[in-house]
Amino acid sequence: MKRYQSIQLVFILLGSLVLLFILAPLLGMFLKTSPQSLFETAKDKEVTGSIWLTIWTSMAATSLFAVAAIPLAYLLARKKFPLKKLVTGIIDLPIVIPHSAAGIAILGFVSRDTVMGKIGSAIGLNFIGNPAGIAIAMAFVSIPYLINAARDGFAGVPERIEKAALTLGATPARVFFTISLPLAWRNVVSGLILMFARGMSEFGAVIVVAYHPMITPVLIYERFGAFGLKYARPVSVLFILISLALFIMLRWLAKERNSEVAK
Amino acid sequence: MLELRNISKQFSDFCLKDVSFSVEQGDYFILLGESGAGKSMLLETIAGLVHPESGTVIMEGNDITHHKIQNRGIGLVFQDHAVFPHMTVYENIAYSLHGRKLNNEGKKEKIHQIAEQLSISGLLDRRPSTLSGGELQRVALARTLIQRPKILLLDEPLASLDSRIKSDLRSQLRKIHRQGQTILHVTHDYEEALSLGNRIAVIQDGSVIQEGTPEEVFRNPKSEFIAHFVGVRNFFKARLTGERNNSVAIIDNTVSVRLLSPDTGTEGFILIRGEDIILSNNSFDSSATNNFEGTITEIIPGVRGIDVVVDAGITLHSLITAESLAHLELTEGKKIWLHFKATAVRFIAA
Repeated sequence: MKRYQSIQLVFILLGSLVLLFILAPLLGMFLKTSPQSLFETAKDKEVTGSIWLTIWTSMAATSLFAVAAIPLAYLLARKKFPLKKLVTGIIDLPIVIPHSAAGIAILGFVSRDTVMGKIGSAIGLNFIGNPAGIAIAMAFVSIPYLINAARDGFAGVPERIEKAALTLGATPARVFFTISLPLAWRNVVSGLILMFARGMSEFGAVIVVAYHPMITPVLIYERFGAFGLKYARPVSVLFILISLALFIMLRWLAKERNSEVAK
Repeated sequence: MLELRNISKQFSDFCLKDVSFSVEQGDYFILLGESGAGKSMLLETIAGLVHPESGTVIMEGNDITHHKIQNRGIGLVFQDHAVFPHMTVYENIAYSLHGRKLNNEGKKEKIHQIAEQLSISGLLDRRPSTLSGGELQRVALARTLIQRPKILLLDEPLASLDSRIKSDLRSQLRKIHRQGQTILHVTHDYEEALSLGNRIAVIQDGSVIQEGTPEEVFRNPKSEFIAHFVGVRNFFKARLTGERNNSVAIIDNTVSVRLLSPDTGTEGFILIRGEDIILSNNSFDSSATNNFEGTITEIIPGVRGIDVVVDAGITLHSLITAESLAHLELTEGKKIWLHFKATAVRFIAA
């Protein structure tokens, strides 16, 4: 018994160090920021505009790409096809690629003299230095999270149940929307939240594609470079607080919704 | 009504080889075989969930081998019922009514009707996670039967249930059959086969090795496998009379066998294991209430012992050791006495 307890203590100690590692810098930053400077920053139009931009571009990126990502996740969960391992590897690429390199890749893909850029110009959309470009960069780095979470969700739906639905006269489309998706919903929502969060926090890829308009991660960096730590802190704290509030709310909503579905 | 011709398909663990049989309208057809012999895959092939490599599935004269699942008019109930966990019982049953030209009132009526039939009216608002195995199986039946399928496919429907619920569900299935539903029922339990089926096909290693009525298959098993599978060679259609636990089974209106059975006044089958029949050269008094005199017609050595076939008005098989055979000096044509206890006789209601 004694032995068991001592290893538990070691684990608890190590775990606490990890938690401290995460919390200490954040707490330190919060403590060093006066409520007054925070309040003034909240009134700064450039800051609030930037935060809003960050939120809506990530939301748009997530919603738009979810339409194609979720079906892909379903295929990955259900179908066997040649080169499946390759496809799985490709999906994970954005996670391992350095973010600024990803930005360079995207830039080369959507700048005005490329196919994408030309299509964009035709419909009056310019990707560089534009929220559209921001959304693309955000989506690029965060889509693996959605695909993998959704795939796990679909894989967890027993195929028997889908087969039963087919024998009851449902078309494959109806089976997907009434059976597969609802039963995988918890994982899909988790994936969506994750993708949204990851998009919102992206810096490297976005700054290459669109320095302006500035999303908050870029704004923080600029203020730090131009004016120093003290000036960059309030924006950081504000952004972190808003992000946290947003995610707690989203997770809470997801839990509410999921308990309805699961009941 | 349903005909399978030379269905073959290779799976990772097993294969189906040239499976052919036909089910007539109104049949209760049993597909009997060991677990994993490919029976479930056969049902999925009939339903259209998988396509065979070769062979045809014919329904009412039409080749439906490659028809869409949704157009076949076939209902399938899986072994683990596969009831939708995120819907209520009502919604589960209503699922197949989607898109039909029925208004809500019409749908409601149909649902309540089928729920009544399967005794699950009180469960309509419940969620599957709150139901027992037997209730879930009935929900699965309800949602399948509401489509009025031409043929109902059952994949080991009684496998995961305990005995009391099993017999309830068995009566339920009999009721459904009597109302005119054609059923194809897959199982590894020969008692289920006897109790419910009017035709049986036995599958071994992916092929049909015998087909016929229960009596034909079990009385004259074409292979050691079937005989072993059933485990009994003494198998007779009989009528049960007498009182509870003091019954007499009458075979062919001539031969009486005493047994202990809680059932009375019904038709069914009696089974006696060969090992339970004792042979003797002379008659003797004992606790065995069933005693017959007969003549040995055949002596067949086998894997499990020596099968001594005796004509005693009915044909009885006794399984003895080689030593006993020598000791009693048994030969074909010799007169012999057979004894077995009432408790050695099993009765299965049909």
